[in-house]
Amino acid sequence: MVEFFQWLEATGGSVAIRESILLYPIIESTHVLTLCLFFGFIALMDLRLVGIALRGVPVSQITSRIQPFGVAGFVIMVISGALLFYSSPMRAYGNIFFRVKLVLIALAGINALLFHKTIFKSVDDWNDALQPPPRARLAGLLSLVFWSGVVICGRMQAYKWFD
Amino acid sequence: MDLLPYFQSFEATFIGTKVRESLWMFPVIECVHLLALGLLGGAAFVLDLRLLGIGLRDQAPPDLERKLHPWLRASIAMLILTGVPMFLSEAIKCYYSPPFWYKIGGLILAIIFTFTVRRRVAARTADKAPVIALASIALWMGVAFAGRWIAFY
Repeated sequence: MVEFFQWLEATGGSVAIRESILLYPIIESTHVLTLCLFFGFIALMDLRLVGIALRGVPVSQITSRIQPFGVAGFVIMVISGALLFYSSPMRAYGNIFFRVKLVLIALAGINALLFHKTIFKSVDDWNDALQPPPRARLAGLLSLVFWSGVVICGRMQAYKWFD
Repeated sequence: MDLLPYFQSFEATFIGTKVRESLWMFPVIECVHLLALGLLGGAAFVLDLRLLGIGLRDQAPPDLERKLHPWLRASIAMLILTGVPMFLSEAIKCYYSPPFWYKIGGLILAIIFTFTVRRRVAARTADKAPVIALASIALWMGVAFAGRWIAFY
């Protein structure tokens, strides 16, 4: 895998982003600003599941009307993130925060999948509840923890503390 | 009026010095700043989407405004609380950074706009207020964008 990343780092596109005065900052700030869309919307949905924000707004309304914007944010996040990775794969590869970040994204994904496959199926029973059932609250809390961890690791990636 | 001496004394403050000399304080404060930025985005844009006529269309804007306002206020408070020590730690760099000045200008506008015009309009509007929503999105995204660019210029 190291050889592949070294090859990737030597490709023209990678060098171009890395050495560009404008391209890198633009991709980087797009990545960071999408936090407002992706993390912000996800966090509010999670806080509703936990039962402390947007109380009184039916959960299914939030998932059907807000989640699409969160997903759009996620797509921009992944594309801009992939470009950032492409610009210096070797630096990311050896970075402990980057590795933890990938694990946390996977955990957040599994958590979301489990939520939709299990407790969310009965959402009609607790749609208007100010406090959703414990399993839904736990899913919301875990999502908040995992995604916050992703944001923190993403920021810390810039610091090469344990490289 | 030359503000540089003020910025020099900001940088020499106890908090500024502590944050600058610490290996971990700046990164940790920065992480909290970013998490609060995300929350601000959520709290602001969920109402802005509604004012655009998309998003939570079944909720009345005044209701939504009331529910989201505490989160908006808390995230702005957290952003300022974490932003100030970061600023103090590198005040002189900020003085010479154009994005910093755009950010401060935009921030003042965004706060005034959010707590006066937007709040009042949202509290009275039965349906849409797209101009208010677009202004809010543009202001906050501008502030966040300029903030990120302090690191570049």
